[in-house]
Amino acid sequence: MVAITTSKKACAVNPLKMSQPIGGALAFMGLRGAMPLLHGSQGCTSFGLVLFVRHFKEAIPLQTTAMSEVATVLGGFENVEQAILNIHKRTKPEIIGICSTGVTETKGDDVEGYIKLVRQKHPELENFPIVYVSTPDFKDAFQDGWGKTVARMIEVLVEVPAHLARRDPQRVNVLPGCHMTPGDLDELRTMIEDFGLKPSFLPDLAGSLDGHIPDEFTPTTIGGIGVEEVASMGQAGWTIAIGEQMRRAAEALQAKTSVPYRLFNRLCGLGPNDAFIMFLAEISGRPVPVKYRRQRGQLVDAMLDGHFHIGGRKLAIGAEPDLLFDVSSMLQEMGAQIVVAITTTQSPVLGLVVTDDVLIGDLEDLEMLAKERGGDLLITHSHGRQAAERLQIPFFRMGLPMFDRLGAGHLVSVGYRGTRDLIFSISNLLIADAEEHHKPTPDTWRITNAELPDTRIGVEAA
Amino acid sequence: MSSLSATIQNVFNEPGCGKNANKSEAERKKGCTKQLQPGGAAGGCAFDGAKIALQPITDVAHLVHGPIACEGNSWDNRGAASSSSNIWRTGFTTDINETDIVFGGEKRLYKAIKEIIDKYDPPAVFVYQTCVPAMTGDDINAVCKAASKKFGKPVIPVNAPGFVGPKNLGNKLAGEALLDYVIGTEEPDYTTPYDLNIIGEYNLSGELWQIKPLFDELGIRILSTISGDGKYREVAYSHRARAAMMVCSKAMINVARKMEERYGIPFFEGSFYGIEDSSDSLREIARMLVDRGAPDDLIGRTDVVIAREEAKAWAAIEPYKPRFKGKKVLLITGGVKSWSVVAALQEAGLELVGTSVKKSTKEDKERIKELMGQDVHMIEDMTPREMYKMLKDAQADIMLSGGRSQFIALKAGMPWLDINQERHHAYMGYVGMVALVRQIDKALYNPVWEQVRKPAPWDDPAENWQNKAIAQMDIEAAELAADPVRAEAARRARNICNCKVVDLGTIEDAIHDHGLTTVQGVKDHTSASGGCGTCSERVQGVLDAMLAMPAALAAE
Ligand code: SF4
Repeated sequence: MVAITTSKKACAVNPLKMSQPIGGALAFMGLRGAMPLLHGSQGCTSFGLVLFVRHFKEAIPLQTTAMSEVATVLGGFENVEQAILNIHKRTKPEIIGICSTGVTETKGDDVEGYIKLVRQKHPELENFPIVYVSTPDFKDAFQDGWGKTVARMIEVLVEVPAHLARRDPQRVNVLPGCHMTPGDLDELRTMIEDFGLKPSFLPDLAGSLDGHIPDEFTPTTIGGIGVEEVASMGQAGWTIAIGEQMRRAAEALQAKTSVPYRLFNRLCGLGPNDAFIMFLAEISGRPVPVKYRRQRGQLVDAMLDGHFHIGGRKLAIGAEPDLLFDVSSMLQEMGAQIVVAITTTQSPVLGLVVTDDVLIGDLEDLEMLAKERGGDLLITHSHGRQAAERLQIPFFRMGLPMFDRLGAGHLVSVGYRGTRDLIFSISNLLIADAEEHHKPTPDTWRITNAELPDTRIGVEAA
Repeated sequence: MSSLSATIQNVFNEPGCGKNANKSEAERKKGCTKQLQPGGAAGGCAFDGAKIALQPITDVAHLVHGPIACEGNSWDNRGAASSSSNIWRTGFTTDINETDIVFGGEKRLYKAIKEIIDKYDPPAVFVYQTCVPAMTGDDINAVCKAASKKFGKPVIPVNAPGFVGPKNLGNKLAGEALLDYVIGTEEPDYTTPYDLNIIGEYNLSGELWQIKPLFDELGIRILSTISGDGKYREVAYSHRARAAMMVCSKAMINVARKMEERYGIPFFEGSFYGIEDSSDSLREIARMLVDRGAPDDLIGRTDVVIAREEAKAWAAIEPYKPRFKGKKVLLITGGVKSWSVVAALQEAGLELVGTSVKKSTKEDKERIKELMGQDVHMIEDMTPREMYKMLKDAQADIMLSGGRSQFIALKAGMPWLDINQERHHAYMGYVGMVALVRQIDKALYNPVWEQVRKPAPWDDPAENWQNKAIAQMDIEAAELAADPVRAEAARRARNICNCKVVDLGTIEDAIHDHGLTTVQGVKDHTSASGGCGTCSERVQGVLDAMLAMPAALAAE
């Protein structure tokens, strides 16, 4: 049994967690022509913007309703109205996605009501797609904001299919959690298409934040899934949800359109990919392509080569629940021992982590427990750099934000191939660390003087 | 809250601010806070500004009282450098939850302060107020007072919740916190006639250390920097300095002026960006210290150092001159807003475009600064496509800027150099200017540009996206030219005031209908230039153009 506890501290030190609204905003960035809008004071948006720019190294569309102190007291109708009108006029988006923040939730702004009123007052907006989701900062965490937002998109944008018979069995909906990078989505797309299936990703960050050179200049998102494609998701044969955080969205889609779903709570590691590939084979009615048979062999080989380095490692990991479960399980299956697991929010998958206890806490907890329990491999986002420096143990960056290394968007961990490469990266880090810091010297195994028998002749023992 | 709004009023009344002196009473009350445009703004909040200003005090624990958004999304993201303690880089936050909102978060805050003191024992704790606890009425002043008494340590409230205004207001509120609670509370071990404060400098990328060796050589002691690489005690005894330099930005003018008022420390505004500004600043520091009683050989010694450093810097820049011949720089800056940088770049043989700078004389100084300021504003308002066209039209070889123009420049295959606050290189003083020139050279001559500009072998060059974008804009322009009605509509739709979104047509109509002759009149009727005020020159331009028109034409 895993004990899941919440930190009792009054002061979070070196936060691991980030806020819900920006998780929601990121989900909106996976839609084509979208402008995410935080309903709150300007600072919340500015911080979110800087965070994403530093992570993705891309221009990021994100707007604010710019609530002033007075507006927070009076309520934000005018700000929401003005923001929608301004964005609509100036950036010509295809959709506006609104997330609330702590400030507007404390006052209790009725944003759904505001949107209705705005549509009434401005007939040109009557059918313009606007999705609102409630994401107070003082509750839950980043991945919850993402999950809730995708569920809301489905509730608002997906159309109930008129003819159940019009289903296209080759179409599959894919609902990826926020722990999937644009690189992961590309890998998944390739795998699914190799079975002759046609995937619709919601959200699709691979199209928008994958670091490509855009075909045009727009102030809204570039790429991503279009509103009309989201609307037609009810015509798919299946929905694949990735990560427990997407259960809510998958269920919403099923409830609305009766498209059945299968949830994969992991896609890193051998077993989860066997299940995934077999599922694709089953729903497509096609045999597994040779390519994947070969890739599976390569992964098995990588696991054999990597287990020499990963086996026996004491892993200290800090990540949001789905990422933590996914990566730590894969390493545990290769012989690593999960000695510290710190996360940000509650989730059913925490009970599945093979360890004694999972703590909802911060990076101070991660650092102190890693020290106490002799952790010798640290995995968390870039903010772990200070702890790694003090602990002097190898540090592998995973998760968001990753601002001090390049290629955050292209780190792949899904599929046979992604898992294989991840094993190589982590193993190489461990090998380099051993070469640098743990070379044997004449003193490595020296027994201290006190332990040695005194064999000198003619000298009085002290 | 009432005391906070009083402080804000007080800050707005800052007489040391040149902009303020020209404003009417009512205008001043409104302050420098530009009215924000919902859906058209994304600057940092007052809390952000306060934290930027104070976080470089390195040995202090900076505790943020609020939900996870304020600290969790932003901590450890600044480029300030520290020579010793690292506690300033530790993120402390109360991470308040629903219960704290319903029942108040004061208890949690008090406990948080205790935990920090127990575990980290810093010389002081700074507590930052944010929007949500400000709304629910948490009294951080009272909590800090109680904690300070109980734990026998300074616990300083910094009252700048985000929603009271933008970053620059937060800078000033942070300054007020220092004035109210920190400065003057301790005494230095000894003083010297060469004790200097540097105010408003944050030691980004360690650039303070590009200047400090010169001070050391001259025997000038930096008693305190507020706040770059600062220590709590140094700030607390900074009132014993003989003179102060306020680094160019007006971020902390209230601190400089009030320290003059309270402790008789004279200050001047200076900059260490660019060669000439560096020399001017050093000279001014020497003069002020001598005025305050330092031996007067300091002036001569300073001149010697300046001559030597200038010669060294120009010699180091010399080899770049032939390489820079004919190269054009598009300079759009929010960070290094110094005329003297422009002068030094020109001296190095670069041609400045986009800021309509010819060969600049000292008299142009203010004007150039203003122009650069306006361009920053303009570029923030541009669509990416327009921005790309501007880069193309300017025919620049490299762009120096900060902020979001970076990705447009890079994706358009244009060399780009970061000169904003998050930059990784230090550009201060003589060595800093040489470093900037070297970086420009590195960027200009990197062979990568040739590589990335190559079209894909299967692409038709006419069809590439950059050309298509330009072609489309050209077509639009041609269509406009052929259609006078639409052209007129487009002309009138051009935004003059970006803060208040007032277009040219609205202003022209107001001038015409009401017979306006002054910027103030235009503002009263259209609210144009009622925001940050940078567009008042443009409004004046519209007025001039209309007034110059023959009456008959204007009446049409
Ligand atoms: S605007 Fe307010 S709630 Fe938002 S980050 Fe700033 S202080 Fe925090």
